[in-house]
Amino acid sequence: MGWWIRAFASRDGGGGDGARMPTAPRARRGELGQFWRTFRRNQLACAGAVVVGALVGIAILAPALAPWDPNKPDMKRILEAPSSKHWLGTDQIGRDVLSRLLYGSRISLAVGFVSVGIATLIGVLMGAAAGYHGGIVDGGIMRLVDLMLVFPRFFLLLAVLAFLKPSIWTIMAVIGMTGWMGVTRLVRAEFLALREREFVIWSESIGAGALRVIFKHILPNALAPVLVAMTLGIPAAILTESGLSFLGLGVQPPYATWGNILNDGKDLITYAWWLTLYPGLAILITVLSYNLLGEGIRDALDPRLRQSAVGRVLRLGH
Amino acid sequence: MTLFALRRLVLAIPLLIGITFISFLVIQLAPGGPFDYIRGEESAQDSKLVERLNKEYGLDQPIYIQYWRWLTRIARLDFGRSFQPDAKPVLTKIGERLPITLFINLIQMIIIVALAIPIGVASATRQYSLFDKITTVFVFIGFATPDFWLALLLMILFGVQLDWLPISGLRSLNYEYMSFWRQQADFVSHLILPVTVVAFGGLAGLSRYMRQSMLEVVRQDYVQTARAKGLPEPVVIGKHALRNALLPVVTILGLSLPGLIGGSVIIESIFAIPGMGQLMVQSVFSRDYPVIMGNLVIVATLTLLANLFADLAYGLVDPRIRFAGRRGRRRR
Repeated sequence: MGWWIRAFASRDGGGGDGARMPTAPRARRGELGQFWRTFRRNQLACAGAVVVGALVGIAILAPALAPWDPNKPDMKRILEAPSSKHWLGTDQIGRDVLSRLLYGSRISLAVGFVSVGIATLIGVLMGAAAGYHGGIVDGGIMRLVDLMLVFPRFFLLLAVLAFLKPSIWTIMAVIGMTGWMGVTRLVRAEFLALREREFVIWSESIGAGALRVIFKHILPNALAPVLVAMTLGIPAAILTESGLSFLGLGVQPPYATWGNILNDGKDLITYAWWLTLYPGLAILITVLSYNLLGEGIRDALDPRLRQSAVGRVLRLGH
Repeated sequence: MTLFALRRLVLAIPLLIGITFISFLVIQLAPGGPFDYIRGEESAQDSKLVERLNKEYGLDQPIYIQYWRWLTRIARLDFGRSFQPDAKPVLTKIGERLPITLFINLIQMIIIVALAIPIGVASATRQYSLFDKITTVFVFIGFATPDFWLALLLMILFGVQLDWLPISGLRSLNYEYMSFWRQQADFVSHLILPVTVVAFGGLAGLSRYMRQSMLEVVRQDYVQTARAKGLPEPVVIGKHALRNALLPVVTILGLSLPGLIGGSVIIESIFAIPGMGQLMVQSVFSRDYPVIMGNLVIVATLTLLANLFADLAYGLVDPRIRFAGRRGRRRR
């Protein structure tokens, strides 16, 4: 895990993007249109977008879609194989697996969005400070980034979570706070490149303060890669959450998450394969479609970004 | 180069101290302590016992004093003893576990490298061919598959349904009574599933990266030149292109190490393999502070060393790299 955060680590600032955005560099209508035309041609990315949309819809509508109460045990129907009544079977206390999966999608998506939001917020602030101010601020922040990157993230997560009261909020906070380093590097690199550009120097020369320059002039132009990193970060966070829940350190029962359904199923693999197969498939489909969407957005935004396959490998066995 | 290595080693020390300080803070500030299990029933006597034990182990001291004590002991390579009833020295506990985790990671690494490089090269040289498309699909699925889920599926298929392979531990119950070769075969059969699972995700990543790197290299002028002077295609690809395409892969392998070691946590707890990951989970659940901290120190040190070796190896395979820079990390 954490592979996505370094997805752009290889991109060091350093000019070369003069052709992209001449003087007034906001995304204009024409660029949006260009983006859309490129994106639409990528069938896999479109499929990813459709599935992601459907998943968000499912998460929102879970109470309406779920055929059974996800938390209501039914002792007469323990570990039933998939049937017309319970499409995906029941678990060890007779709860409907399909309903639990539908409700679980809410937790997965919430954890994905919120933790990536936290990571992005920290990353953008740190990266902006490092890239804009340089010097000792930059040095300090980048050493901190190095420190966090060197650490096996899962060990850290494990150590932290075992000592905090596990809840959905701690999970979000902890995943977010250990995943900001890639965004920091990314934003810093963008800032290093952008701060020497004319429009920044001009606005500084007419007396704009640091905050104004950072948030009004530089940041909007650095957002494209951040957006891509966010899209690719959500599936990574979902994978992390499911791994933690699987170890029993994630969101606690009775709340259904894909990870803890798998955890319930792991001791029953001899009797009830459906407890293992379906939640995993749900994770696989979700992560796959977010990845396809993210890569599609990246390719459509800026073909140069395609080069940065570095980070993907960092997922090597999580 | 020696100077560079030394400099990196010295720079790593504050990094290590930073890592351990953060971990120490988190672990100690959290509610609960290692002796809470004694307090099972709320009797005054047990509470007194817990207090006495806390005092004996110095857990009643302010946190900075505890950290300082710990740090000065670590500096003398004294990792302390486990809080568990067996009270084994931490280094002994880790020493029992580390070899198996390193062994599994090593085998996995060899498999990944041996498979990913040919796959990556093949799909790059035949870009958009059927083979390339199939591997791309495989790569995306590899990225999206939770490793613990894959582990469970393989256990169901090969362990339960087909009953071909053992699914937990490293040895069969009747290991003692086997002949030498049967013992080796038994050991290998226990390793097949865990190694397959951990290699799967990494294989997807590295083959994709290899493909990318190769695609960039084959567009270079020197590859054109090699073709133009009439070298056969296998030589062009295998010698001129491959060597250059491998450069970034070396760095990636080094950078992927924290992930590999972290990944052993889940896999070892699923397959009941007595390695570092399992030790970490156990000590975290039992609040065994010395073992947790010892684990973190060892793993962080190994990771730092591995990164250093990756940087040095990069310098060896690429003579253009000089180690004069203030920092060794090169960015493409």
